[in-house]
Amino acid sequence: MRALATLDAKLLRDLWRLKGQGAAICLVVACACAIIVVMLGTLTSLTISRDAYYERYRFADVFATATRAPLGLADRIAEIDGVKAMEARIAAFVLLDLPELAEPARARLLSLPEAGRPSLNDIVLRKGRLPDPNRPDEVVVNESFAEAHAMEPGASLAANIEGKRRTLRVVGVALSPEFVYTIGPGDLVPDERRFAIAWMGRRAMEAAFDLDGAFNDLVLSLYPGTSEQSVIERLDVLLRPYGGLGAYGRDDQISHTFLQGELDQLGTMATLLPPIFLAVAAFLLNVVMARVVATERSEIGLMKAFGYSNAGVAAHYLKLAVGICAIGVLLGWGTGIWLGRGMTGLYAQNYKFPFLFFRFEAWVFLVSGGVCIGACALGTLNAIRGAVRLTPAEAMRPPQPTGYHAGFIESLGAQRLMSQPNRMVVRHFFRWPIRSGLTVLGIASSCGLLVMSLFFSDSIDEMTDSFFFKNQRFSTALTFTEIQNREVLHDLASLPGVMRIEPVRFASVRLVNGPLSERTAITGLSADARLSQLIDTQGRPVEIAPGGLTLSDFLAKELGVSAGDWLRVEALEGRRRVEALRVSRVITENIGSAAYMDIAALNRFMGEGQVASAVRMVTDAHAEEALFAEFKTMPIVQGVASQRAAYTRFVELLDQIMGVTITVYVTFGSLIAVGIAYNSARISLAERSRELASMRVLGFTQTEAATVLLGELALVTVLALPIGCLMGYGLAALLVGAFESELYRIPLIIEPSTYGWAMVIVLASACATGLMVARRLSQLDLVAVMKVQE
Amino acid sequence: MQPETPTTELDSKARPAFRAVGLTKIYGEGQSAVRALRGVDLEIGEGEFIVLLGPSGSGKSTLLNIIGGLDNATEGRIFFRDQDITALDARRLTAFRRAHIGYIFQFYNLIASLTARENVALVTEIARDPIPPEEALTLVGLGDRLDHFPAQMSGGEQQRVAVARAVAKRPDVLLCDEPTGALDSATGIAVLEAIEQVNRELQATVIVITHNQAIGAIAERVISFADGKIAGDRRNQARITSAELSW
Repeated sequence: MRALATLDAKLLRDLWRLKGQGAAICLVVACACAIIVVMLGTLTSLTISRDAYYERYRFADVFATATRAPLGLADRIAEIDGVKAMEARIAAFVLLDLPELAEPARARLLSLPEAGRPSLNDIVLRKGRLPDPNRPDEVVVNESFAEAHAMEPGASLAANIEGKRRTLRVVGVALSPEFVYTIGPGDLVPDERRFAIAWMGRRAMEAAFDLDGAFNDLVLSLYPGTSEQSVIERLDVLLRPYGGLGAYGRDDQISHTFLQGELDQLGTMATLLPPIFLAVAAFLLNVVMARVVATERSEIGLMKAFGYSNAGVAAHYLKLAVGICAIGVLLGWGTGIWLGRGMTGLYAQNYKFPFLFFRFEAWVFLVSGGVCIGACALGTLNAIRGAVRLTPAEAMRPPQPTGYHAGFIESLGAQRLMSQPNRMVVRHFFRWPIRSGLTVLGIASSCGLLVMSLFFSDSIDEMTDSFFFKNQRFSTALTFTEIQNREVLHDLASLPGVMRIEPVRFASVRLVNGPLSERTAITGLSADARLSQLIDTQGRPVEIAPGGLTLSDFLAKELGVSAGDWLRVEALEGRRRVEALRVSRVITENIGSAAYMDIAALNRFMGEGQVASAVRMVTDAHAEEALFAEFKTMPIVQGVASQRAAYTRFVELLDQIMGVTITVYVTFGSLIAVGIAYNSARISLAERSRELASMRVLGFTQTEAATVLLGELALVTVLALPIGCLMGYGLAALLVGAFESELYRIPLIIEPSTYGWAMVIVLASACATGLMVARRLSQLDLVAVMKVQE
Repeated sequence: MQPETPTTELDSKARPAFRAVGLTKIYGEGQSAVRALRGVDLEIGEGEFIVLLGPSGSGKSTLLNIIGGLDNATEGRIFFRDQDITALDARRLTAFRRAHIGYIFQFYNLIASLTARENVALVTEIARDPIPPEEALTLVGLGDRLDHFPAQMSGGEQQRVAVARAVAKRPDVLLCDEPTGALDSATGIAVLEAIEQVNRELQATVIVITHNQAIGAIAERVISFADGKIAGDRRNQARITSAELSW
């Protein structure tokens, strides 16, 4: 026991002696551990909160809409095998006239049962009360909208309902599992100022929308084990005569899809990033421990000569490595909790849960700690094997001098160009090719992580630019409550301030290619549309194909078709025609996954005259206020979208999220560069102190000696930069692939300046740490170093 | 880091080469203080071949390190050709070593990643009027081992590379700290022959530290150290060559 205690005392002193290098490794381990804790912790917190929320407030499994279905049909639907509960509701979009907004805001109005709570998609009343069935103007609004407008129960709200201006009274503020992510139709990001959810008593809604004894929105929950697809098929058959647009499951429910996408991204980051940090930490530990074993050669011999077993020696060094790693894990846990709380807070701003906090799940800490310590132990194995293999007699003899040879580069005749110090640098680099190669890879991974962290802003810029300035060139879009004849365009065009107007037709369809099918909407655009520009896969603007379908590349991929193929198109509204249409063109789209047709061809296919479901306009900014005021009173208008407002909101939200995320990743990425550069320079200093002292004695200045010390670091860093940029491209491509969804695709755009910044950060980290180590050269005791036998 | 340039220009006409006045070196402080040199006064002439003898801890290495600009004196002065070395800062000391001093250590201290020729070239590249590396290596009998790395050479050969490296810049002073300490006698004698040749052909002042009394026989002057002071200083009346040595 006494001997063990002595060795442990040595262990503590060794830890203290290695504090600089140990700290660098700790930081890298801490990054890995923190990322695991943040990602898994946030993922767990969000998943648990979501599942509990969904369960407690009975979030539905299947969603459907119709034009007008009798309530009696609901009973038949409830009899479908596997249906557990059902709520037949009335839903509608209305315009809100808010004094602080020039343009009208939109609200999705949903009915609440006259008595009791909704059997599905129940609401969480946060303030106030439910609407009184006898007071038709009472509504409950969603919390983020209420907060954005500082609205308390008692506030009034001007709305345009079916062409009638009504004043609604807010009596409560609520949340709903259906609107965790509250995004308006066609919006890119949630805009709580311009989009509201409002719940109204059923009787009031029946009266307002002329839906007595009817419903137009249906949600179902299913018994576990029920086939969702077969229920949807039965439901579609039942709803078809009543204008059913095709039912869909949770996977297509917008709020759920966004939330699930976010959870998937967290999972991707949790599996993609930590291995990079852990590989770097394991490599650094291997290098440091190999050096420790080399310098303690004679001590190892002595320990063995005195009777310590190989296992005892191995355990001693393993403890040292695990000790360093354990400090990193503790640091990582702390940082992870801190960042996790911040991240959960960030999520809470965009995803509305009644309860969301960062949960301390024991398994997250066990997994992160276990993985980190395991990786570090693995990294140390090689060095420990070296210690175990030393026989006592061999260990007490000085090691053989290191053999060198002129390298491949020199054999090409480059040696004439090299000074002796440069030669020292190059030969030392090639003397340990694996170590040097891994050092290059390590620094490259730092550069790669930086490129990966920074490229998001390039891609988002491209997304923003193409969406707001190339694809959608209008300033204002109007959506109609129902399809309108083209004459209405003339009326709108004659309004003061409308400079150009183009019709748009949306038609709900199912696109079918054999077993593959997608429920989507075809957007009909005029052949000479200027305000909606399509971009082909080569980035060139293209016109809408005169006949057939134009598909976004994502949709084409999902359906397994390319230009020239035929698709069965089933209209889900109107006369519900079914026809085979040819895919004429495939275009690139980053947001949404749409299908387009010439509006005339679409109207022909739907069997309707010249109609439009929306218009896109260029309006005079000076006349907008008056124009918007006019729109607020028009019964045909269901929604007004201002591109400027949407753009501002989009940029504001992204800046907030990206700012935090990029800062965290850039810090983590730079820490790898710092960790590797510091250890590389310290090892170099330890291995070459005698040579550097020789040079100083021979009359080389401290700067000249530092050139040799830092030359190798410079060489490694310079070699690492292009590799790092390639790695960054690869990581970015991996993320782009992983984040690809029906909702949006991040284009793989990496600007040269992004590579530039990543390289500058790596170079700056390497320079700073290199100079820190180089300062130690002045502390080198020339006499003492020279007097010691190698 | 400050840029350092070899600017120290000392007057090479002056005699003697070194003059030490009351040189004192104390390591540590208080009760643990060790007086390595206790007021040494000494003059060393240009081109002299001196052997410093004495037991471990007698102060001879400390003196050599102060002469070579590797260490500072606590008290006293040491002049190289009337230039007070004790007054030089670290940057000027580096320049002084670069311009005037050649060093040979017991443990060679060659650069493992450079060949014999390159180890010498390391110095000639920064010297003003160097001997070509090949010539310096031929001078020490290693003309046929130019492209060998230290790991490919014996101890004696490595030490001779160290001699060639020290002399290739035509130093005014060659300081040798136990140059034969790690070598067998035959190899040691070969190294001493090389040092002797440098003294003779380049007229460099040579100071050799050794435990080995026998080596004193090849010196012009033998200075004995004991307890931080000069215990004896004699001219060799019957000086022999290294080839005649044996131990």
